[in-house]
Amino acid sequence: MSIRTDLRIAFVGGLTSYRALFNWLTPWVLVPVFIVQPLFQVLFFAFVGRSAGLADSRFYLIGDAVQYASIPCVFAMSNTIADERNSATLPLILVSPARRLPLFLGRSLPVVLNGFVVSVVALVLGGLLLRVSVPVGSVLPLTLAVAVSAVSCTGLGLFVAAVALRVREAATLANIAFGLLLIFCGVNVPLTALPGWMAVIAHWLPLTHGIAAARTLAAGGSGLGAVGRGLWTELGVGAIYLAIGLALLNYFEREARRRATLDVA
Amino acid sequence: MWVGFRLQLKMRSRSAFDGILGVIYPMFFATTIFLLYRQTASPAELVGVSVGSAAMGVWSATSTTAAGVLQHERRDGTLELLVAAPTFFPLVVVPITLSMATIGLYSLVVTLVWGRIAFGIPLDFADPLAFICAALATVVAIGLVGFLQSIVCVRLRHAWAVGSALELPVWLICGFLVPLSLLPHWVRPISWVLPPTWGVYALRAAALGHPAWLDIALCLALAAVYGLLATLGAGRIVDSARARATLALS
Repeated sequence: MSIRTDLRIAFVGGLTSYRALFNWLTPWVLVPVFIVQPLFQVLFFAFVGRSAGLADSRFYLIGDAVQYASIPCVFAMSNTIADERNSATLPLILVSPARRLPLFLGRSLPVVLNGFVVSVVALVLGGLLLRVSVPVGSVLPLTLAVAVSAVSCTGLGLFVAAVALRVREAATLANIAFGLLLIFCGVNVPLTALPGWMAVIAHWLPLTHGIAAARTLAAGGSGLGAVGRGLWTELGVGAIYLAIGLALLNYFEREARRRATLDVA
Repeated sequence: MWVGFRLQLKMRSRSAFDGILGVIYPMFFATTIFLLYRQTASPAELVGVSVGSAAMGVWSATSTTAAGVLQHERRDGTLELLVAAPTFFPLVVVPITLSMATIGLYSLVVTLVWGRIAFGIPLDFADPLAFICAALATVVAIGLVGFLQSIVCVRLRHAWAVGSALELPVWLICGFLVPLSLLPHWVRPISWVLPPTWGVYALRAAALGHPAWLDIALCLALAAVYGLLATLGAGRIVDSARARATLALS
């Protein structure tokens, strides 16, 4: 199969799948899901933080805004499988000769962009409402940290998507993944305040290093050099989940073919 | 109503999304909150936090699903049957939304027990009877708010998105965890007209040994107003949909 075909499958297929995901006849659905919800998660935890007399609003703004990238990154990726199954198009896709790497990576590209935009919007609106500012020099590095987090989290999304090939409840799985990220990744509770075993797990989850890097950058006084290692680790963790996700997709696809269970998972 | 409620509760209890996730999902937030507050809060404050976090699950189990309940019936092709049934339409919808809030009651109990086991937050509430009554009043109130939500969102194709977007604002505005005094002044009147605010006040008061019965009464009175508004709205919407033959459309 030619590289041109791979690119077409990745970009055209990915964009088409993404458009189908949100029923683009009514794009207003994006407002409550991608603007109102993340904004209120930021506000909720910022006020909880004030009530508990803990960290300042900046801590929660960065943590929750970056973590909210996981909604598109995990949900959208898992729904690419679940929705294909609901539309009875999953077998058609999997019997096609298209290579799986461009097929699934293509579906992840709009999702990465989506996750990135959601986090940036939450950061900007949350920052305005909570009156948290970021030094001008930190804006671009912070944006990069958010983008890296979205990429990494999409790796986890692909992993969840692979499991959704076997488990019918994709939405339930995605919600559980979202909840685990909320608890473990230092989103609202510093890793130092977590029990030791949770902090250990956190280092192997996407977002943990991205959020830490974003916080360092947002505090000012540090450039990319100070957080470079953290961002590379974040990418590395995402790559691990991506690789496991692709391997699982491959395995579950073969199993589903062998047992004729593709539509009945 | 009882048969409808029982049937809906059975169905939801066996649903991975409504049943299992309805209980687990608020616990993710509750666990985060316990981890947060245990750094600074006193034991008494932790009891209040535990109660507030537990009550979050009642709203969580209702907000998204209630908003989309009539869309769900429409998608399953059962909405026309429900409307055409001789039973008064609101009496068909209320048991559905009450069953959702009751799933939230499971969540409330599980979260309290989780707080006790994992974080050592005591469960020896000062006035257990008032606490149980407050919990039931909160469930009924949130069920009726869900009823109103379902009617208001009946024409929206993505009603679930509206319900989902209301989850965190209500947690915040109704003072589930954050005292209303910390919120901007203009928010408070909004809090006062939302029944969960009084339900949470009552739960917390009963747990900590303060008088809770007035808050319970206010919670139920406001819930009755929401139920009445939803009933009136349901009548209008059904009449309009019948006249225009748009019941199956959205």
